Amino acid sequence: MAKLESKVPSGPLADKWQKHKTEIKLVNPANKRKYEVIVVGAGLAGSSAAATLAELGYKVKNFVFHDSPRRAHSIAAQGGINAAKNYQNDGDSVHRLFYDTLKGGDYRAREANVHRLAEVSVNIIDQCAAQGVPFAREYGGLLANRSFGGAQVSRTFYARGQTGQQLLLGAYSALSRMIGQGAVEMHNNSEMLDLVVVDGHAKGIVVRDLNTGVISRHSADAVVLATGGYGNVFNLSTYARQSNATAIWRAYKRGACLANPCYTQIHPTCIPVSGDYQSKLTLMSESLRNDGRIWVPKKKEDAKKDPASIPEADRDYYLERIYPSFGNLAPRDVSSRAAMRMCDEGRGVGETGLGVYLDFADVIKRLGEPVVRERYGNLFDIYHEITAENAYKTPMRIFPAVHYTMGGLWVDYNLMSNIPGLFVLGEANFSDHGANRLGASALMQGLADGYFVIPYTLGDYLAGQKPGSRPKTDAAEFKQAEENVSSMTQRMLANKGKEPVSHFHKRLGKIMWDHCGMARTKAGLEAALQKIPALREEFHANVKVPGSADTLNQSLEQAGRVADYMELGELLCRDALTREESCGGHFREEYQHPDGECKRDDENFGHVAAWEYQGEGKTPLRNTEPLNYEFTKMSVRSYK
Amino acid sequence: MVAEQSSKKPFSVTLRVWRQAGPTVPGKFVDYPATNISPDMSFLEMLDVVNDELTKKGEEPIAFAHDCREGICGTCSCTINGKPHGPGKGVATCQTYMRSYREGDLILVEPFRARAFPVIKDLVTDRQAFDKIQQAGGFISVRTGAAPDANSIPVPKEDADLAMDAASCIGCGACVAACKNASAMLFVAAKVSQLGLLPQGQPERDKRVLAMVQTMDDAGFGNCTNQYECSAVCPKLISHDFIARLNRDYMGALFKARFRPTSNAAAGGA
Repeated sequence: MAKLESKVPSGPLADKWQKHKTEIKLVNPANKRKYEVIVVGAGLAGSSAAATLAELGYKVKNFVFHDSPRRAHSIAAQGGINAAKNYQNDGDSVHRLFYDTLKGGDYRAREANVHRLAEVSVNIIDQCAAQGVPFAREYGGLLANRSFGGAQVSRTFYARGQTGQQLLLGAYSALSRMIGQGAVEMHNNSEMLDLVVVDGHAKGIVVRDLNTGVISRHSADAVVLATGGYGNVFNLSTYARQSNATAIWRAYKRGACLANPCYTQIHPTCIPVSGDYQSKLTLMSESLRNDGRIWVPKKKEDAKKDPASIPEADRDYYLERIYPSFGNLAPRDVSSRAAMRMCDEGRGVGETGLGVYLDFADVIKRLGEPVVRERYGNLFDIYHEITAENAYKTPMRIFPAVHYTMGGLWVDYNLMSNIPGLFVLGEANFSDHGANRLGASALMQGLADGYFVIPYTLGDYLAGQKPGSRPKTDAAEFKQAEENVSSMTQRMLANKGKEPVSHFHKRLGKIMWDHCGMARTKAGLEAALQKIPALREEFHANVKVPGSADTLNQSLEQAGRVADYMELGELLCRDALTREESCGGHFREEYQHPDGECKRDDENFGHVAAWEYQGEGKTPLRNTEPLNYEFTKMSVRSYK
Repeated sequence: MVAEQSSKKPFSVTLRVWRQAGPTVPGKFVDYPATNISPDMSFLEMLDVVNDELTKKGEEPIAFAHDCREGICGTCSCTINGKPHGPGKGVATCQTYMRSYREGDLILVEPFRARAFPVIKDLVTDRQAFDKIQQAGGFISVRTGAAPDANSIPVPKEDADLAMDAASCIGCGACVAACKNASAMLFVAAKVSQLGLLPQGQPERDKRVLAMVQTMDDAGFGNCTNQYECSAVCPKLISHDFIARLNRDYMGALFKARFRPTSNAAAGGA
């Protein structure tokens, strides 16, 4: 049974982080260089952490499977980053951002973590502006803001529709500076394939060089994972094709608890699927909902008609109708489910009937096409490239798609997992978004963890480790981990199967989407728990991985990742089955209010579920961490 | 953009693909049929289909670089029929759709070619030279936590917008692959301009441009001879005007470096 101590400091909510910072242990500057820290991943969380820890004086090794840290998928975030700056004078404050985020997460996040996130949000904007991130500005030269879902203030900072790119390049520039100074040893094309635990502490990793196939061992005084989410378990998602769960899954199999895997975010505004060959789904930023109006025809028989031929009176602007106070800016989970209900009623549009309109006619009439082009031009271009349709003339067709995973490795207030010395940042951890993440909060969390939390909390752990005490890489634990990795690789390559990896990934994705997607039921999840192990067996018996281990081998890389999804998918369904309530991104059809909204069960499920690996073929153990709401009341989330 | 197919009818093309088993062995072109291709497929999805067929036949699939598949990560990098990122304007290979092609087309697919981008395998090249250039000076030295309030330094909107145009570079290397000199001037110009346009970037402006240009030269990239092939293939349509800005900054910095008095601080100060 894992020990799950949240380590939330005592005292008033608004003082906890300040108080904690003054109470935790420090490492003296001369000793910092004696500690080696491994950071895996170089997205917003990983690169900001690696850069900042190196600035402090620690010896940092940064591993990334990309050919450059600048390629990490944070780069694709479009809309923006939240911060409680209140530059708009519209009543924003740290407390409001805290409250919106907590409520947006359907009261399933840790209060103290969310408050800290809101507090440091303001420092993030300062940091990024100083790095030269070209945020959008007003004519007076000051920073501009836009609105995002789930908030009634305008607190989102942005750089056109490429905010993630600009923030990542900012962090990448800070990281590049430290690499140039020799303070960070950068390992590109390096995929972490196992975690090494020595005497109960995380002390290293085993890595495969993707270009040469060489497997190497790396020891450290602490390991930081910032490897992103596991949404590609669904196959089709807005994730990059290579985004994967291997690092967190292998850490899970070494004893780190995986918390709330069933909390998955389905983003309401993505371009609908067009065929079987589809490899990814493309997001249309939520910021479009500032000005676009979402509708479906009132009558089923109009669903296949040209939208221009449907008169105003026959259109149902359903978000404005059902959620008058938030309208088109209702949170993601709420908007996605509403779209699904419209399609279930037979009012979905497009060839497949799985789509709703996002219409810009009104705003173009009000402000003119040039203004709309300036605000969203790049998004309209992307839409045109993919669909060959002009969204200035005809409404976009959109449909929900898997976009983010709120679940992840369990961490305490210090972002340390239940394995001492293993820290987890950004989307890879579970901590700040509860059951649903609000728009523009992922960038905020990734950078908060990397720039402003881990530099303090890592020191607290390292201060308790004797300098120079890290194990050598010839220790038995390293040898065993390397053998584990090599044997997996050899097994895959020696397999006499017939089907490519993608064949199995697609089938797994379909099971996940059908049974564990936007709406889940007991029967569906039980069916999935039958189907996934069977598919997993078939995968291992019949997958074909051509090529060899000693060169770039993309089939081999993908095979290892899909093998992990085959196991993680099952855990995700098990978590969804066990959580007998609906909250945020986890919607169980059995638990809903008469109007179709989530029905939470705070008494029985007001906790974090942290799964603990028990060994091959054994049912994992479900540990719980109660969520104590000291300062806010768990109330019914309403956006009406 | 070339004329697009109007029908959704599947069609077939032939791919002539560069195959090279490793960095040190010679490569060659090999033809592969791509059948039953939907016009709505992306170019990379078409390669996925071809690769799955190869795998089923027990052959090694074509290695190609890709990741986000939405034109922002800069990983994908094929030269298609002689043009980096294919026929479209302002798009990356991953945003190239098969509706740009016709039944029976022969499509030539090769890696980005430049001395500074050695081939790793098939269509995958090593572009870490770009990272080296960034590490030499593509940053503003600001320690985490040391930043002043973001609104304490106003930036004129025009400058911020222009900086953003430059900053939209995805670091793919198409500019290098398109240039007959394999010059990285557009890439370097984009970063130098972004930071040089902002007040935060001024203190290190001269040092930055000198260091980045030096590293670019050392990495084996060529010089610019004003053909503008780079901006023509740039998936983010970054303007070659930034190269003029880079040249101006470089000349100014060289001149100032020669005549700048040195401070005692360099010798240790007080």
